[in-house]
Amino acid sequence: MLTVLLILIPLVAGLISFGLKGSGARALALIASIATLAVGIGAWCQFRLQGAESLQFTAARIPQLGSQFNVGLDGMGLMLCLLTTISFPLIFITIYSRQYEQQNAFYGLMLLSQAGLIGVFTAYDALLFYVFWELALIPVYFLCSMWGGEKRIAVTFKFFLYTFIGSLLMLVGLIYIYNQTHSFEWSVFTSLSMGQDEQSWLFWLFFVAFAIKMPVFPFHTWQPDTYEQSPTPVTMVLSGIMVKMGLFGVVRWLLPVLPQGAYMWSEVVMVLSIIGIIYASCIAMLQQDIKKLIAYSSIAHIGLMAAAIFANNEQSLRGVQVQMFNHGINIIGLWIIVEIIQQRLNIKNLNEMGGIASVAPRMAIFLVIISLANIALPLTNGFIGEFLMFSGLFQYNVWFAAVAGLGIILSAIYTLNMIQKVIFGEANSLTNTFTDLKAGETFSLSVIVAIILVLGVYPKPMLELVSQTTAWLDKVI
Amino acid sequence: MNALISSALFGVFLMFVGLFVKNKQSIKYFAMAGAIIAFGFNLLDFANVGEVLYGMIEVSRFSVVFNAVAIGATFLYFLLCGSSFAKVGEHVADYFALTFFILSGITLASTFSNLLMLFLAIEIISIPQYILAGADKRNQKSNEASLKYFLMGSFSTGILLMGIALIYGASGSFNLAEIGLGTSELHPLALCGILLMAFALSFKVSAAPFHFWTPDVYDGSPTVFTAYMATVVKAGSFIAFARLFHTAFAGGTISQHWALIIAIITALTLLVGNITAVFQQSVKRMLAYSSIAQAGFMLFAIVAMNQAATEGIVLYAAAYSVASIGIFAVLLKLQDYTFDGFNGLAKSHPLLAFVTTVFLLSLAGIPLTAGFFAKYFVLSAAVQQGGLLWLVILAVLCAAISVYYYFRVITAMYFKAGTPQVAEVSGGFKAALVLAVIVVIVLGVYPNALFCWL
Repeated sequence: MLTVLLILIPLVAGLISFGLKGSGARALALIASIATLAVGIGAWCQFRLQGAESLQFTAARIPQLGSQFNVGLDGMGLMLCLLTTISFPLIFITIYSRQYEQQNAFYGLMLLSQAGLIGVFTAYDALLFYVFWELALIPVYFLCSMWGGEKRIAVTFKFFLYTFIGSLLMLVGLIYIYNQTHSFEWSVFTSLSMGQDEQSWLFWLFFVAFAIKMPVFPFHTWQPDTYEQSPTPVTMVLSGIMVKMGLFGVVRWLLPVLPQGAYMWSEVVMVLSIIGIIYASCIAMLQQDIKKLIAYSSIAHIGLMAAAIFANNEQSLRGVQVQMFNHGINIIGLWIIVEIIQQRLNIKNLNEMGGIASVAPRMAIFLVIISLANIALPLTNGFIGEFLMFSGLFQYNVWFAAVAGLGIILSAIYTLNMIQKVIFGEANSLTNTFTDLKAGETFSLSVIVAIILVLGVYPKPMLELVSQTTAWLDKVI
Repeated sequence: MNALISSALFGVFLMFVGLFVKNKQSIKYFAMAGAIIAFGFNLLDFANVGEVLYGMIEVSRFSVVFNAVAIGATFLYFLLCGSSFAKVGEHVADYFALTFFILSGITLASTFSNLLMLFLAIEIISIPQYILAGADKRNQKSNEASLKYFLMGSFSTGILLMGIALIYGASGSFNLAEIGLGTSELHPLALCGILLMAFALSFKVSAAPFHFWTPDVYDGSPTVFTAYMATVVKAGSFIAFARLFHTAFAGGTISQHWALIIAIITALTLLVGNITAVFQQSVKRMLAYSSIAQAGFMLFAIVAMNQAATEGIVLYAAAYSVASIGIFAVLLKLQDYTFDGFNGLAKSHPLLAFVTTVFLLSLAGIPLTAGFFAKYFVLSAAVQQGGLLWLVILAVLCAAISVYYYFRVITAMYFKAGTPQVAEVSGGFKAALVLAVIVVIVLGVYPNALFCWL
């Protein structure tokens, strides 16, 4: 029941918020997101006390379709739901003082996208998964196109078209498998064993959909523009949570359903991912636009996770799952800082910034900690995930691990460079007007830094959460 | 049966109403009442399922459900577009009467069990359309549309007749059940007959490469009648197509002879419809091409012969008709039919913009709208059929192309600034649009609402 509530609260609140006037929508969004967080934490407690089965919920829907409203939470799903439920209140708190045109629609769409995202992470029925997968996209399309930058319409449309093509191909794959199972249930899907040839091409129908969402090189071209043009709160949703849909899709719906297909193509995917890491890191080093820099750094990080998924061993998979959460937290932290800078100074170019540390020391500290977490320094949350992923990659192929390791070094270069340009150096006339954090902003960033440090020192809760989710892995290997 | 009789009678009745009732609004109410009564009579037919009338007409659950969809969509059409009839010309009652005649043709198309009845059905559907296309007598484009449609239409009817004659020559029967082509080796005459009929019916449903009349006719005809021609009528022709090919030309190995041809026609229709629609500047013309593109999806239900295809075509007919009628109704209120004419509609008329968005999402096949399940069922039918995966993948890529031109309208409405010129919108009109949206969403969340009747 808690699982259903997780979807229902943002959905209902989102629909109500369209009808509200003035700042009502804003307050409602904040309350609803905090309520969802409370339910999420409740679900976590129930998960620890009674196990995953207690969070399953099934309702008969369309028997002729072989599809049911079947939602549940395993460790990975729960972790991503927690990420979603933690992120949304933080986003809402950060932008609370900001005025948007047509506020009711803005907050309504944000909440609807939250409902869609949680739906994706909880669906145990393939058709339901597909429905939520699309539903998470539609509100984001409107959000980006209505509140984004100058080139928003073309850029968002490209983004929409990319993901839509991907998901339609996935739909064909789903129908094809359904035709053999006559049920959309996850457990039925995973227990089906298909021939190698079938798996081999079915793999691509699914993988393209997930690869576009992540995005993996060469399907990434929509991403930097979209991140840059979107309003920053939406970029937080996109980069913090939505890209995890792709990774999640691979772990939940691709590896267990088409294990042989995944095995056959794993090397190709890993090579693509590693090319993506190096390529995105190199571009990130040359970026002067802070939004694009973070966007490319995100491609590099996701590339590492994609490579680690296909390393086909338990260690790397566990690392990926932990990293999904941590990357989400870190990147949202970075975007919050970008949002703060943009709101105060309305600039995105790194060369125009500088010297913010002297006028806003509090923000500078937060930025440094979050950036260090982003390059996975020990004692920050990023470390444990990257360590596990690398050790998994190393077991698979030393060279892959070595080249991917370059990405870490490059990420240190561009991240430190960014810190330097933003907060150190000479303050100019513009940055001198910068004011330090307000209460709401301080609160959001403190929460993020607290999560970073706590999980950096004590990652056990997260590791425990994902310890059970790789039970099907034997089949893959 | 009941639907056929009642809709034909209402056609005659409305012609006389025109003589005595001068108020155009009340003629519309007569027509709406007629649609409701025909709907009710049609439902009574559930009691007569299985009845065959002189070997000519056969009542099945499927036909009753389809007729209900067609009559329901017609009712919605009257509700949304009925007031615009008066803008076309003087003879409002006649237009309603002609619409009812088309409707009776459609109900015949879903129930015929004899090739002669098929011919009658197709003709009853077509002839009133020629008149409606030219209803705007003083407009050259309307005249051109009418003439073009008439010439091309009668040509294809000729081909259809020739096909029927050849089938009769090969099998010695007009009766669908007795044709039985599948039992022995296929007679060359019969093969030619099947091909000719496939071509003639492809013309009627505007499948490529027989689609050339469609854009001009749909564009030239008065918009209010295009709304009907492109939706309910098209669905009706599809039912005739599907019924003929799934009963008379099925069984044994016979479908092998035509399946590939229909599959190629499907692929062509999808490509031509979608790619050409991308380049249109007028929304009305875009909708004409989109109707070709949607016909491509409906053709899937003919290529694939199984339960999912039957369910799919009914759902598709409902989803497509409701959404398109809705968009046409909104289009009728606008002065400017180009994409730019929609600029800024969301600001000035949020409700119109919202309902149009839902209809467009449905046409594009986004989940939670009826269009998604419609597409899902026809694609799933093709996957079940086997050997058609290339066509399915082509279809989903085309669906992605269709997003381009459907979303152009959404972009114009929501993200571009402008002051659209919109005729006055009454509360009843808005309520009707909301009703249509509810239908679209209910079928999108719970398609069983329709299937449970099958």
